[in-house]
Amino acid sequence: MPRKIGEPILEVDDLHTYCFTRWGTVKAVDGMSFSLREGEALGIVGESGCGKTMTALSLLKLLPRPVARIIKGSIKLQGEDLVPKSEREMRSIRGRRISMILQDPQTSLNPVFTIGNQLIEAIQIHHDERRRSLVRRAIDGLKQVRVAAPERRVDDYPHQMSGGMKQRVVGAIAISCEPKVIIADEPTTSLDVTIQAQYLRLLREIQEATNLSLIFITHDFGIVAKMCDRVMVMYAGRVVESGPVRDIFNRPAHPYTQALLSSVPSMDEDVERLYSIAGQPPGLWDLPIGCRFAARCQFAEDRCRQQYPPAVTIGEGHTASCWIAKGT
Amino acid sequence: MSPAAPVLQVQALKKHFAVTQGVIWTKVLGWVKAVDGISFSVPQGETLAIVGESGCGKTTTAKLILRLEEPTEGQVLVDGLNIHTLKGTELKEYRTIVQAVFQDPWSSLSPRMRVRDIVAEPIIINGKLSSQEIKARVAETLERVGLRPQQAALYPHEFSGGQRQRIAVASALVSDPKLIILDEPVSALDVSIRAQIMNLLVDLQQDLRVSYVLIAHHLATTRYMAHEVAVMYLGKIVERAKTKELFKNPLHPYTKALFSAALPAHPDIVREEIVLQGEVPSPINPPSGCRFHPRCPFAMPRCAQEEPKDQDMAPGHMVACHLY
Repeated sequence: MPRKIGEPILEVDDLHTYCFTRWGTVKAVDGMSFSLREGEALGIVGESGCGKTMTALSLLKLLPRPVARIIKGSIKLQGEDLVPKSEREMRSIRGRRISMILQDPQTSLNPVFTIGNQLIEAIQIHHDERRRSLVRRAIDGLKQVRVAAPERRVDDYPHQMSGGMKQRVVGAIAISCEPKVIIADEPTTSLDVTIQAQYLRLLREIQEATNLSLIFITHDFGIVAKMCDRVMVMYAGRVVESGPVRDIFNRPAHPYTQALLSSVPSMDEDVERLYSIAGQPPGLWDLPIGCRFAARCQFAEDRCRQQYPPAVTIGEGHTASCWIAKGT
Repeated sequence: MSPAAPVLQVQALKKHFAVTQGVIWTKVLGWVKAVDGISFSVPQGETLAIVGESGCGKTTTAKLILRLEEPTEGQVLVDGLNIHTLKGTELKEYRTIVQAVFQDPWSSLSPRMRVRDIVAEPIIINGKLSSQEIKARVAETLERVGLRPQQAALYPHEFSGGQRQRIAVASALVSDPKLIILDEPVSALDVSIRAQIMNLLVDLQQDLRVSYVLIAHHLATTRYMAHEVAVMYLGKIVERAKTKELFKNPLHPYTKALFSAALPAHPDIVREEIVLQGEVPSPINPPSGCRFHPRCPFAMPRCAQEEPKDQDMAPGHMVACHLY
């Protein structure tokens, strides 16, 4: 792999994003720290409602206002803290330095504009050029994501394209201004299996060509296994385990990670019976004081219910927040 | 034990939809061959999975088995009876023995009905049981799927996704069916909940000897739940075999490509990647000969001209491909 993993480019420290609703405070992201290095692919895995999408939106400062706010912590992109930045300043950062690929191309493209116009809209913010050269850039962008006959395709409307093609266009918009970091939020859930494989391969090739840093937000360990170097497992607003991909798959230390991994059927071997985790995640508006997984954990002790466990070092770069996890 | 007679037999089934233009002087522009001559059977207590990408005809097949669509040609036999000619009491009987569980429990359960009414609906319509018997049956079924009978008075919005899917399963089970169509039963659920529902379905099958037709695109789910797998591409079954055999020895180039595209369960599993060019063509004017030939890495001139016949490569392992 020609990909070079370099210096940290994005450093998140103790990030707290809360939503203030009529029913109470939802602690969507509750103390998250990580760093992402140049050329690295990081996976954030968790179930729906665990705070993974709110993490992504916090990084881009696209939180739904006025409900959600970053109340604490810092997000340093190339050493510069994004949290105090104004909306105006963020506009020059989004797209150019950090960008996002959304889940569903059907809804993230505007049906009444041609895809060329939508690409140009993104490029225009950062490039003050004449229309003709913007169109050129849009065509180049489509070429980069291997859309066939891009000269003709720029004038298509989204409904004239298939799902896989649309997701490529979304990808082209995300990379059009050569960002350093791309956050892909469930980029392939709405795609068919063979189209998903094409798309993931394309992302990998773009990453190798530009030494891009990628954050994959997903519930699918398969994507992590295929694409990521490191992974963070989130549960109820907090990271419960993080580490290099192979360590997490070979020696998962947190009972939640263990349970998740053994509850997924495999297509490569016969599984007698799947492990199933009883119950369901707690609501983010009403969290227990101790470990948030304690109510569903088969190893839970009294201590787990009373006090949130500290992070334990399991191996190099591998930590888990669990009272019973043992370090090496 | 001798092999039981199949609960479901699908014979040379076809469903073509007309593509029309105009309202009064309707002109037929072409035909969408959604299902184009498929045959399979499902024995009692077994699961047949139909896998394939969107537009391959799996949902149309399910609708034909549920008698939500009339076939263009061919027939569907349940317990030896052609379901599309049933009338009167026989039709009512068929409606109780064939049931379905759909993908999304947020839209498949009526938000205005209490759980007990949702679950009881199939047996109320049947009209055979007294209200006392219905009540007892609902309570028993709810317990069977892991819910408490006291929860029968609640509405669907008071439940989580996994519990809602349990309600949907209860509603399918209440009339003591022989066959349940499972249309992507776990793909709308959270990862940690999926295993609960898959295990529930497997256990119910063992206890009740009910047959399943599982429509899925997630291959690992198929491997875990199905006894036999049929791979569909553009309205045709291109390969069909026992699950173990198929995963060990896939033959059709499309099956191989589908398997190679599946995400690995571990970072050390590196598959030989067979990357297909392009996307599934439109079923309106499907390619001539073998429908897969424009995307097939092994296509020969013959593939464009001649449609491959179904061949048995091993007992119970059918493939339709000119390579064999």
